[in-house]
Parts: sequence; C-alpha cells; structure tokens
Amino acid sequence: MGKKPELLVPAGSLVELQAYLDCGADAFLIGEDKYGMRLPGNFTPAEIAEAVKIAHARGAKVYACVNNLVSNELLEDLQDYMKQLAAAGVDGVEFGDPAVLQIAKQVAPQLSLHWNAEMTSTNYSTANYWGSKGASRVVLARELNMDEITEMQPHLEIESEVQVHGMTNIYHSKRSLVRNYMAHQGRVIGENESVGKERGLFLIEAERQEEKFPIYEDCNGTHIMSSDDICILEDLHMLLAADVDSMKIETILKPMSYNEIVIRVYRQAIDTYFADPEAYEFDEAWIEAIRQVQDPERELSFGFFYKEQVY
Amino acid sequence: MQTAGKHIRKYTGKRYRLEKPELLAPAGNLEKLKFAVHYGADAVYIGGQKYGLRSGADNFSLEEMREGVEFAKKYGAKVFVATNIYAHNEDLAGIEAYLRDLHSVGIAAIIVADPIIIDTARRVVPELEVHLSTQQSTVNWQAVQFWKEEGLPRVVLGRETSLEEIEEIKQHVDVEIEAFIHGAMCSSYSGRCVLSNHFTDRDSNRGGCCQSCRWKYDLFEDARPAEAWISEEEARDNSVLRQFQLGVNQLPLFNEEDNSFTMGSKDLCMIEHIPDLIDVGVDSFKIEGRMKSIHYVATVVNVYRQAIDAYMADPDNYVLKQEWLEEIQKAANRPVNTGFFYDVPDHEDHIYEPEEKAMPYDFAGLVMEYDQATGIAVIQQRNHFKPGQEIEFFGPKGTFFKQTVGKIWDEQGNELDAARHPLQRIKMKVDHPVSYFDMMRKKK
Repeated sequence: MGKKPELLVPAGSLVELQAYLDCGADAFLIGEDKYGMRLPGNFTPAEIAEAVKIAHARGAKVYACVNNLVSNELLEDLQDYMKQLAAAGVDGVEFGDPAVLQIAKQVAPQLSLHWNAEMTSTNYSTANYWGSKGASRVVLARELNMDEITEMQPHLEIESEVQVHGMTNIYHSKRSLVRNYMAHQGRVIGENESVGKERGLFLIEAERQEEKFPIYEDCNGTHIMSSDDICILEDLHMLLAADVDSMKIETILKPMSYNEIVIRVYRQAIDTYFADPEAYEFDEAWIEAIRQVQDPERELSFGFFYKEQVY
Repeated sequence: MQTAGKHIRKYTGKRYRLEKPELLAPAGNLEKLKFAVHYGADAVYIGGQKYGLRSGADNFSLEEMREGVEFAKKYGAKVFVATNIYAHNEDLAGIEAYLRDLHSVGIAAIIVADPIIIDTARRVVPELEVHLSTQQSTVNWQAVQFWKEEGLPRVVLGRETSLEEIEEIKQHVDVEIEAFIHGAMCSSYSGRCVLSNHFTDRDSNRGGCCQSCRWKYDLFEDARPAEAWISEEEARDNSVLRQFQLGVNQLPLFNEEDNSFTMGSKDLCMIEHIPDLIDVGVDSFKIEGRMKSIHYVATVVNVYRQAIDAYMADPDNYVLKQEWLEEIQKAANRPVNTGFFYDVPDHEDHIYEPEEKAMPYDFAGLVMEYDQATGIAVIQQRNHFKPGQEIEFFGPKGTFFKQTVGKIWDEQGNELDAARHPLQRIKMKVDHPVSYFDMMRKKK
C-alpha cells in the first residue's frame, strides 16, 4: 500500500478555502489571473499569505498558481510576485512557462515547483526532465488514459498530480473570441457587460446539440471548457493503488455548495480506502450524492481515462 | 490584399541587423521539396514517418530524406525535420534510433516541442541542431534564454508574439529567432487545444488535429438560476424547476441571420511587411503548409524570395511590388491578415462567413524541356488544359508571362484537343523562353 495522496482543490476566495478545508481538502491551489490560468477566483498576495496561515494552522498546504504563458512585459512583475509568494510561505508554485523556473531560481530558490503544461504533460520522461530542472511534481495531462497514468508512476522521479473530478480546459487562445464574435454580429457590448466566468456563456457545435461547452474570457484571452465533468470516483481505488501523489478536484465554474459535496465524497472514499485497502468497496451512495447536485446538462464521465485516441 | 486596413502601421524600431534572413519552406513530399528549393527556399522542413505533427501528409522515408538532402545541397539549402509531437509513454522507445537515422542522412536540424526529444537529441546526436517548435508557445525572452541554455541555437516563437516583443527578445538573447510569416494559423496557443481529442478522439498534439476550430458553433448564455441545478429525479416532482431542464432559460446570443460562432482564423500573410520583419531581427521566415500543393509552395516561396532579396539589396529604395501581391493571391486559400505582429487579432481576423472556394488557380503543367530553336516546350500535364485557354507561365526569380494555349501535341506528334492524362508529356509553342521547373497555371 502506498502513501495517502493529497486531496487538492483550487479555491477562489478565503471563504471558499475555509469551507473546502472543512470538507477535508489537504491542499489548495490559489492565485490570480494575471499569473495563473483558469482560477476560480483571485487572491491578492496579502490574501495568499492569509490563506497560508489558515491552511498551515490545520496542516494543509497552499500552492500558488503561476502557470500562465508569460509575456515580456510580465517578466518584471513576476520577479516581485515570486518573492511575495516565497515570503507568504506557500508550499509550492505551479508553472508551465520556463521563464517562471528561471526567475524562481534567481529570486526564490527555496520554492518547490510543480510543472503543469496542461495538455502537453504527457509522458514520464519529460516529467523527469523537468524534475532535473528543479520541478518536484508533474501535473499530468487530462488527456492521458488510466493505463498511461498507472504505468508511468514507477518511472517518475517526481510527484504526480492527477485531476479526478470536474471540467477541463480544451482550448486556450490569446484572442477575444466572444467579444470578436459579438462585434462581428454588430451586437452592442455594454460597458459593464461581462464575457467572463460569471456570465455563463457556452457553445454548442452544430452536430452535437446535447453537449454544452462553457466559454469565457479573461485577461489571458479566451478559454473553452469541456462539456462533461470528469468523475473517476467509481475507479478511484485504481489511482490510489497506483501511488498518485496528489488528486485534484477542479472547482472552476461550479457553485461552492457543489464543490463542498464533491470534496466530502472524495475525502470519504480516500479515507475508506486507506483504512483498509483490501476491504475497500466503492459505495454507490457516494456518487449518488454528487448526482444530486450535478448539473443535469453536464455528463459525469471518465474523461479520457478509458479512451484510446488515434492520430 | 486584405492584410492592409487597420493594421497598416509602420514598425518604427531601428534597423540593427543586416544579415540576410533564411526563407524556410514546407515540403510535404520529395517533389515539393525540390520545388521549394528550386524556387528559392534557403531551407525546407519536412516530416518523417514518426514523431511529426502532420500524420495526414505523405511524409518522408529515410531514403527520400537522403535524396532530398542531396538535392538541396546542390542549391546550398538545408533540410529540417519536424519531430514536434508531445510524446506519450509509448512513443519514447525508438526516439534515439530515429534521431541517429536523421543525422546519418544529413538532416541539418530537427524542430522539437517535447523536451524529452530535445534532451535525447543533445545526448545522442549532439551535432544535430535542435530548434524549438512553435508548439511550445514561447513568447518571452526569459523562456527563450532557458532554451538557449539548453543548447538550442534557434527558437520558433509562439504566433502570439508581436514585432516589438520579438525585438525585445533579440535584444536580450543572442539566439536565432524563427517566425511564421505565411499560411494557416492555430487560433489557440499552439499545443493548447484538444478540441480534436474531445470531438473525435483524435490527438491533436500527436498529429491527429481535425480542425474543429473551423467548425460552426452557436453561442448561448446560461440564464438558469443556480437552484435549477437539481437532479432529474427532483425535477420530475417540481414543475417550476422542470423548465430549466428543457433549456428554457438558455438564451441564444445570435439571430437567425447571423453567421455562426467560430474560432477559425484568417491566414497569415506578411508579404507587405518584409522590412519590419527583417529590421526587428527575425532570422528565419517560415512558411506554413506541409499539406499544401506544389503550386502553393512554389508561388509563395518565389514571392518572398524576391521581396527579401530586394530589401536586402537596397533597403532604402525598397518598394513593395504589386505583382508580388497578385502572385500571392493566386495561391491564397483564405482571406489573410498579419496575425499578432502588430496587434492582437480582432473581429476582422476570423472567418465567420462561409468559406469561399480555395485558390482561384490550378497548377496545369510543369515545363520539362524547352527547344530554343523552335520555341516548343514539353509540358508534363498536371491538370486538364486545352487550346484556347488563357494560361500563365512562371518560374524562379519572378519570371512570368501570360499566353493562350495554341495547338498541342503528344510526344508522337499527334495533335490533341485537350491534355487529359495526368503526367502526359505535351508539346506546345510558348511565347517566351521557359526552362525545366517552370510552372504553368490556369484560372479555375
């Protein structure tokens, strides 16, 4: 039996962080859109320091999300930001752009670094390569299947993180796709009109009327999200047996009440497994609790866990 | 040309570099390689049988690569191989042997996205140059510096980089910068799109992209209150909430007559801005399109070759020639723009309207021989043509003339009413001297 994995949850505010802590989350991913991608809400550096205090007092960890593709312009601010994160005492920093790695080495060498290149973290050798550059964890691509994830665990020289629940990003552009479309239509966009997360915008592809793909804009451009929510709960024991170090529940674009229930359920499943792995059995009531609050228009699916992709 | 309009804004950076940039062209197969090189490419990039991102292209066997390298060498041109997938576990075995093979057939450089392929190449074949692929979406100088320290002499920047940013990068890091200057574009950050995986189970980052970004979508606003997020069972007992299940509060953000939403981008075309690109220090001008035709490759390479040469020969008296714009248009697949070089693309930079038919011209024949005494050329048929049709001949360095097809004969001297058979050798009189590799095109 391996060690108990961490249950990681992105939080959008201190209120959410407190609530998710109460539900049994072990670690939090927080930050602000300027530096991190697709966060459920923004934390100022002062709030990050506060979050660290709250979490550490209860034995939980806080990771800062700094996984944007960085522009030249942002490089300078990034130096100060990394110093602030180090001073706040965060337990790690998630990065995708090598610039963050370079800057961390210069100004905050004590920070642990988690490599998250989203769709492109797809094999153990590349993960180990980033390990040799200073990363202590790889966030695996959500497009990997269960076989790929489990077979790479023994080869990994660094920790692994796998998303077990929630939606995923499937397209990211620097362009303002929603605003551009509205401008093309000649639609007048009100001064305070939002095309951000809170607006609830979604796309339907002509031949897939049942699938709704959330879309929103922020300072990093346009993000399109999956039409289904990953839910590996039923087969969680397979990941637990494979020794994955961190399991992430994605909370973005979900009400807090939904996330609380999901976190509690996964907490219970993980604890049940580690109480006695041999006797562990999946409890239908767990997933039923999630179904009760699941948006009926979003399928709970195994994502790519059991898919074979072609190319 | 549509590259103009709002984007016309002279880049004002100072000129500090006068080395001639490389013109880098795509070559989907051996024949395209030969045309690209003959029409003036300094280097071509191709795909091998493995690890490339165009699984739909012909791609080169090692033997074909060897032949391509030999051919290019005669022109002083180089051959690069795109090994730009993001590898999965199962792809790892075999990389070393493949890279050794590439080196052994004389490939000058590989274009790589996945660091494990970079690392393997540096270790196994250190003499093989490694260029960082645009798939890494590198858009800042610090990241460029990182890759330089990893031993890479060249970085292909993310297409989101502006001219000003390129200049900053060049000022901070002594490294070759390659930039796409012409062709189709991902509208996403390259590598950051798995629409294809979600819609069709085809892995975009291993060459399976099915271009879902160019499909048609409808945009809606979800106006259901949060309480509507209840289970179907609950909804059955509650008629008020039931309506939300049926999508009643999901508002279409389009009218019947509106074009659909799309992410599809216009194509990139920088022919009107060659001086700006040279002045900021772009070292390699890359044309997209390993899947494109010979006609496309030859036409586009030909034009950029002339523009680059003209500017480098006399920067102060450089003039953009109208004929270059006309030529480029003949190989255009879509409306064009200037990408991110001057500004972030806006609503005029997508293709919302139904796409018009591609390229107005067909490649009709290839000149094989020319007899100066008689003015008769032997043309290899590449598409149907017949006497009376208006045609154009063009060759490297911008040679160009129009004529009407006169009498045509097969090689035995039998007069033909039309050239119908693919690759048939057809004789015809041409109005001006032509030579091997010159191309004949006709309007569709």
